[in-house]
Amino acid sequence: METVVASVITPELVHEHDLTPEEYEKVKQLLGGREPTLTELGIFSVMWSEHCSYKSSRVHLRRLPTYSRRVVQGPGENAGIIDIGEGWACAFKIESHNHPSFIEPFQGAATGVGGILRDIFTMGARPVAVMDSLRFGPLQAASGRPRNPSEIRKNHALLEGVVSGIASYGNCFGVPNLGGETKFEPCYSGNPLVNVFALGLVRRDQIFYARAAGEGNPVLYVGAKTGRDGIHGATMASAEFGEGSEAKRPNVQVGDPFLEKLLLEACLEAMQTGAVVGIQDMGAAGLTCSTCEMGARGGVGIEIELDRVPQRETGMSPYEIMLSESQERMLLVAQKGREQEVFRIFEKWGLDAVEIGRVTSGGNLRVLEHGRIVSDIPNRALTDDAPAYRRPMKRWEPAVPREMPSAIQRNPKPDLADDLERLLASSNIASKRWIWQQYDHMVQTNTVAAPGAGDAGVIRIKGSSRGLAMALDGNSRWCYLDPQLGAMHAVVEAARNVACTGATPVGATNCLNFGNPQRPEIMWQFSQVVDGISRACEELDIPITGGNVSFYNETLGEAIYPTPVLGVVGILDDVRRAVFPHFREPGRTVVLLRASEPGDLTDAQSEFGSSEYAKAVLGELWGFPPALELEREAALEKAILAMIHSGLVDSAHDCSEGGIAVTLAESTFAKGVGAEVDLRSEEQLAPEFILFGEDASRIVISCEHANLPRIQAVARKYGISAEQIGETAGQRLEIKLDHRRLVSSSVRALRECYESAFEAALRTDPEGAR
Amino acid sequence: MKFGVIIFPGSNCDHDVYWTIQNVIKQPVTWLWHESHDLENCDVIIIPGGFAFGDYLRTGAIAKFSPVMESVRKFAESGGLLLGICNGFQILCESGLLPGALMRNVGLKYVCKPVQVRVESTDTPFTNACQEGQVLTIPIGHMEGSYFCDESTLEELIRNQRVVFRYAEPDGRITPEANPNGSLDNIAGICSPGRNVLGMMPHPERATEPELGGTDGSKIFESLVSAMAEK
Repeated sequence: METVVASVITPELVHEHDLTPEEYEKVKQLLGGREPTLTELGIFSVMWSEHCSYKSSRVHLRRLPTYSRRVVQGPGENAGIIDIGEGWACAFKIESHNHPSFIEPFQGAATGVGGILRDIFTMGARPVAVMDSLRFGPLQAASGRPRNPSEIRKNHALLEGVVSGIASYGNCFGVPNLGGETKFEPCYSGNPLVNVFALGLVRRDQIFYARAAGEGNPVLYVGAKTGRDGIHGATMASAEFGEGSEAKRPNVQVGDPFLEKLLLEACLEAMQTGAVVGIQDMGAAGLTCSTCEMGARGGVGIEIELDRVPQRETGMSPYEIMLSESQERMLLVAQKGREQEVFRIFEKWGLDAVEIGRVTSGGNLRVLEHGRIVSDIPNRALTDDAPAYRRPMKRWEPAVPREMPSAIQRNPKPDLADDLERLLASSNIASKRWIWQQYDHMVQTNTVAAPGAGDAGVIRIKGSSRGLAMALDGNSRWCYLDPQLGAMHAVVEAARNVACTGATPVGATNCLNFGNPQRPEIMWQFSQVVDGISRACEELDIPITGGNVSFYNETLGEAIYPTPVLGVVGILDDVRRAVFPHFREPGRTVVLLRASEPGDLTDAQSEFGSSEYAKAVLGELWGFPPALELEREAALEKAILAMIHSGLVDSAHDCSEGGIAVTLAESTFAKGVGAEVDLRSEEQLAPEFILFGEDASRIVISCEHANLPRIQAVARKYGISAEQIGETAGQRLEIKLDHRRLVSSSVRALRECYESAFEAALRTDPEGAR
Repeated sequence: MKFGVIIFPGSNCDHDVYWTIQNVIKQPVTWLWHESHDLENCDVIIIPGGFAFGDYLRTGAIAKFSPVMESVRKFAESGGLLLGICNGFQILCESGLLPGALMRNVGLKYVCKPVQVRVESTDTPFTNACQEGQVLTIPIGHMEGSYFCDESTLEELIRNQRVVFRYAEPDGRITPEANPNGSLDNIAGICSPGRNVLGMMPHPERATEPELGGTDGSKIFESLVSAMAEK
């Protein structure tokens, strides 16, 4: 057998592979002083890319809390796993597919769904839910801003493409989409974000890991054939965009959800045989990543022969085969002698399953082609020994005023009923029915709270009384104004959304979307966000079990807002008692739960600048996110759970974007039950601050009047306030301030604003008369 | 009394139908693999929703060639009870077991939502537990649900009361607004001349348990149980 073929690696070639001269020196050192082959250079390039190695983020991510008594698997596997009782566990993770979705929205988003689903079922879990968190540039020109019709049109096209891609993949695969969030800010015009969350169920004793073991065990390749698509996809996701990035379209993979559905059924069936030792999907960096990671985790070597890899194109080089990111492929290690059991199952489902190598004792990833060794690298050199940087950081300040601009103070008295309608119709708040109606959210017949129905998605677990609630959240405008505080809000709001259904939050996953980490101010934002997530998760006792970092979300030097997205999962002991946000019938008492005292006038004015009102009505951004007291927030979430579990609560709705007025309006829509509410003024705040301000840690509930004393007793126990603010009644929403009527609108009219605005925005031509 | 649920590669409502029959209707049920000719003496065969063979070429266009469909055809011709839901309806049309075709929705997008359908005929083994004109709320979830057939077929369907469900308003009126996909004459489901084969776009198995938001779909399965009891 020949040894590794020598080839000439020039500094230009190293540069083209996005490796620094220092990194290249380290490559040679890890190879025992020799030059890498071209294939090896490609392998190092993808495995040491930001996307695969987390080289800029690893040192920070260690600060995240990852343990609780329920954690079965923390970060480091394909997905995290939480014990949910009764012998069940759930595997879940969120991942970004931002760069491919910008270049080719439909396929980029579709393969994002495909990738995260494989991460779930590779652990033995059947995917039972997906959600997505999407961010785009504006759908309409902001009032008073110069119009840019081509940009708006591009945003429409991106949104339509991404939504169709997600729908196409998830619907065919047969997993319900429980919603998520879709937000709009100008910073995402050149850099849309597509973060996809998936969750699967697995019996506690039937979990599979991506670990190779057992010298001599066969390594099997299953699923789709390998083509030239997606080569260097991971490297593409590790660089910012400039002019002409659309030319990178060939780097985007093409998804086949039908094949993935077959792969799911075949893999789960194969796992049942007991002949599977370990399994990992081929996602970013394809065959390379799956082989070296499985070897490294198991502390063994892997040897593969490329001639045996099923290929859909002829003449593929070792470099191309190793770096291809063709979709719907899996690598598995079987027990020697039981391969046939596995082959039979894959044959039944009409899928390729081929033995391409074996587990070896060495610890190296050895790749052969026509009997020649084309790559021979220690697995650990590609994984644990990958570079990790403590990149320089520099404190950064957003380019906005911190105090309320005086022009706004002089504003004439606004029409608050009209403002409420404008907020309900704003892209960030309006109903996203147009989106989720394209997603099958009912398949698998487990959906208790469909998209739009609750603060969180809720599914039942068949054969159990239990259910799971899940929510995605992140307010990037707040993270822009204060990354740490904004990140804390992302955690607590996702957790509060889950708690409002009656589910106890037990685990979280995060997707961290940022600009170029080589810029010290971006790295500072990142570090601040990690600190914010850590503090909030520790206070709420919610471990992070995994996630994903996406850097280089920049186009032409313009970075996105720092955008952490948190996915929180909670357990409902009795899913039939799940609570919804809507008022169920007239004559119920409306109560505002609130954990913190309102701040003083200056604080309130400063915080008002980060509200949706400031954005959608005033067209301004200033100040800070709302103050947050973590211990009090934790108490609020415990209190709402105690109230729900005691059966005291009819409805519960987290008070967030658009403040209490929008929260009340949203509570009236589902059943058309209105409310009469009388708020009391605070400090000398203008009425719009009280109606639309976004103070943290508040929940609006409704209950039978007879339950009010018990609710107030629970509130006292947890040190929060529970103030009766009105009652449900009629078919109108009436909001008074100190007995003075500010809003009196029919529920039907408000709902019309809320339901129709989003589709209307999409249908409006940006150059039209509007 | 035994139900059989066919699995094609890409079926994805197979587990849902199976669950409903086993746990809600509480009747014996078995899987039938698409490559097998054996219908295992089932009394009712259900072709579930999903994307059989990825909906490649056309919905149902490849599934009709599966070995199991030869047995299904004989089963239907001899009066066996056969229900096609969503993709199952599409497969029945492609196989020629029901007339017409399901085309792309007029909105060109996938639509998932509960809809109202009016029961147009109770003289079928699938609707005998319903009232004539009764409005049921049952979810749809499809991209190709716009029913189409030629004029003479439509006349025949109407003449013989073979239109079993029509998309309707909650009060039972048949209006264009109630039609979610552009189906000819608001047709949501039709039966064979012998009334033993039903194809419907809405998913009754998605509306059989109160915690999932409704139980109107149970009527279809309950009808089948009583139809078999009478046999």
